[in-house]
Amino acid sequence: MTIQLSHGSGGKLSADLTRDLLLPRFANAALNQLEDQAVLSMPPGKIAFSTDSFVVSPLFFPGGDIGELAVNGTVNDIAMSGAKPLYLSLGLILEAGLAIATLERVLDSIARAAKTAGVTIVTGDTKVVERGNCDKLFINTSGIGVIQAGIELGVKNIRPGDKIIISGTIGDHGITILNQRNKLGDNISLKSDTAPLNGLIQTMLETTRGIHTLRDPTRGGLAMTLNEFSQGAGVGIELWEENLPITSQVAASCELLGIDPLYVANEGKLVAIVAPDGADSILQTMRQHKYGKNATIIGEVVPDHPAIVTIQTSLGGKRIVDMPVAEQLPRIC
Amino acid sequence: MKYLAEFRDGQTARSLLTEIKAITTRPWTIMEVCGGQTHAIIKSGINQLLPAEITLVHGPGCPVCVTPLEFIDKAIYLAGRPNTILTTFGDMLRVPGSSESLLSRQSEGADVRMVYSVLDAIRLARENPDKEIIFFAIGFETTAPGNGTALIQAKRLNLTNFSMLTCHVLVPPALRALLSGETGRVDGYLAAGHVCTITGLTDYKTLCHDFKVPIVVTGLEPVDILEGILHTIRQLEDGRANLENCYTRLVSDEGNLHAQTTLREVFKVCDRNWRGMGTIPESGLSIAEPFKQWNAEIKFDLSHISAEESGECIAGLILQGLKKPSQCLSFATDCTPQKPMGATMVSGEGACGAYYKYSRFLQSTTTT
Repeated sequence: MTIQLSHGSGGKLSADLTRDLLLPRFANAALNQLEDQAVLSMPPGKIAFSTDSFVVSPLFFPGGDIGELAVNGTVNDIAMSGAKPLYLSLGLILEAGLAIATLERVLDSIARAAKTAGVTIVTGDTKVVERGNCDKLFINTSGIGVIQAGIELGVKNIRPGDKIIISGTIGDHGITILNQRNKLGDNISLKSDTAPLNGLIQTMLETTRGIHTLRDPTRGGLAMTLNEFSQGAGVGIELWEENLPITSQVAASCELLGIDPLYVANEGKLVAIVAPDGADSILQTMRQHKYGKNATIIGEVVPDHPAIVTIQTSLGGKRIVDMPVAEQLPRIC
Repeated sequence: MKYLAEFRDGQTARSLLTEIKAITTRPWTIMEVCGGQTHAIIKSGINQLLPAEITLVHGPGCPVCVTPLEFIDKAIYLAGRPNTILTTFGDMLRVPGSSESLLSRQSEGADVRMVYSVLDAIRLARENPDKEIIFFAIGFETTAPGNGTALIQAKRLNLTNFSMLTCHVLVPPALRALLSGETGRVDGYLAAGHVCTITGLTDYKTLCHDFKVPIVVTGLEPVDILEGILHTIRQLEDGRANLENCYTRLVSDEGNLHAQTTLREVFKVCDRNWRGMGTIPESGLSIAEPFKQWNAEIKFDLSHISAEESGECIAGLILQGLKKPSQCLSFATDCTPQKPMGATMVSGEGACGAYYKYSRFLQSTTTT
C-alpha cells in the first residue's frame, strides 16, 4: 500500500487518511472537531510561537526519526524562551509512492514524541506531490506555548562575566546522520541526541536563579549559536577547549572526516548563558535531569573582542571560532 | 582515543614548550612544509606560544593550493560535458578557476560529486555504465598510490567509462627548488610526515647533505609538531644539519614499498607547473603509457584550455614562505572564503584559510 496523489486531493482518500491514520493517533478535543482551525483556550501569559520544517534523510536513524525530530525541534524552539509548549500543528508533504507503512511508523513516532513532551497536535494539513517532487516525506510543525509572568529570557540579558553551560555532549546528531547518509561504518555506536528539553528547562527555571538566555545549538552547531549570542549582545565569548564534552566516537568520526564538532548539529542540547553566581547551582540542577547529565561549564562571556568567539586551546593558545561559512567539506589528506 | 588525545595533551605540549624555550639562544626560522601542519599550528595556537626567537614560515605542502589554474579550468570544462559525472575530493570544490569553481558549476546543474576515495569513483563507473566518470586526482605522494590503484583496477575491470585527470606533485623536487633559491632565509625544515610514510627518507637525506640544513620528519598533531621544532632547534643550536625522523610511529627509512611499486607502475615523473610558483623540473606524476586510455587529458581533447594566473593574488609567495597571509593587502578584505582570490584561502590546508578562520582578529598572531 502506497500513498497516491488523491490522498492529498481533499476527496474520499484524504478523508480516509485522516480518519484511519491521523485521528486514532492524535485524538483530542480540539482536533476531533475536524474544523479548518483549532479553537484553543490559553492560560494567562505571553505566547511564544515558532515554526520549523524537517527534511532529514534518511527518515529513520539511530536514536530517532523525522517524526520525533519534528516534534522535539519545535517544542525546543518554544521552550528556549522559557515558555511551556502546549499545542502543535502538523503539516505533512508526502511523495506519491511512499509506503503507507512508512508513514504509519513516522506518525506513531510523532504521537509518542508529543505525548512525551506533553503537547497536543491540534490542527494539521496533508499534501501529496508527484513522485520526484519531494524526498519521501517532509514535515512542518508550528507550535505555541505560554510564558509565565516574570520570565524574560533573551540575548539582551547577556553580560560580561556570565558563564556558558552546555547541557551535554556535542555533535551526536549531525555525525549520526552523516554516518548513515554516507554509510561510513556500522561498527561505531553513534546515536542522535534528539530529545524534548522543555522538562529540563522547566526544572531549571523553577528551582534556580540567574538564567539569562537559552538556545538550542541545532544547524551550524555550538559555534553558530555562540556567534549569534556574541554578535547579538555585542560581547566577546571565550570557550575552553578542554571542557567541551564530546564522546570519543564523535571525536574520532570528526577527526577522520576532517570536520570540526563545534559546527555539527545537535537536536537535544541547550546552551545556557547564566549569571556567574548562579552557575554552580544551575549546573547541579541540570545534571540531575536525564537530558542534562553531562552538563558542563564551557566558557564565559568576556568584555574583550566584542562580537567574536574565541577558544582557549588545550595547549594554552587562542583561536577564533568563526561563523560557519559553508557546508563543511572534508580535507583530502 | 589512543593517538588522538595523547598527541594533543596540554601537559605534554607545555613541557615541550618549556624545553624549546630553555635551549633557544638565537633567532631561528623554521618552515613547516605541510599545510596540515600549518593548520594544526594555527588551530592549537603553537605560533603564539613559541619563544619570540623562533619564526615559523609556511611551506608549499597544500596540494589543492599548488594545483595550477589550468587544471581547475580543465576539470570545470569536463564537468560541463553531457552525460558526465566529475568526482573529486571535497577540498577541490571551492577552489576558484579562471572564472568559476566546481561548486558553482555544480549549482548550475553539472554533476559534480565529492568522494572520500577514488574507489567511490570506480564504484560510480560500474554502477553507471552509460555515463563517463572522471576523477580529478590531485595530491602529493600520499594520495597518488591510492589513485594509482584505481587505475590498476580500471584496467583489470576494463572500465571504459572511467578516466582520471591527474595533477599529482612530488615534495622533494619542490623543496630542492626552494632550497636552491634560498640565501639562508630558512634555517630548518619540518618535513611532511604523511608524505614520508610513502616515500621513506632517502630523498630527504640527500637534501640535508646537499644544502646543509636540518630536516626533521614531523607528524601533524600539536605534540608531534612541538617535538619536530624541538629537534630542529637542537640541531641548529648544535650546528648540525641532519635528517631526523620524529614520526617513527608511521615513517620507516624505506617507506611503503608496495605504494612505491604502484607509483612506478602507473605513473611517470614529469615536469609540473605549481600554482604561483612556476614550473619545477621532475616534480609531478603523469599517467604512464600502459594506462593512457584512462588519462582524461588524452581521452578528451583539452589542449585548447590554458589559463593565466592573475597578478593580484600572492599565494605563490605565501606557498614559498616568502610572505604571510596577514601581509597580503587583500587578506580578509577583497579575499575571503566566500569570495576567494586564490586556492590558499579555501583549501583545508591553505595558510590563508587557516589565518582567516582561526586568527584574523587576533592581532598578536596576524602580525607575527
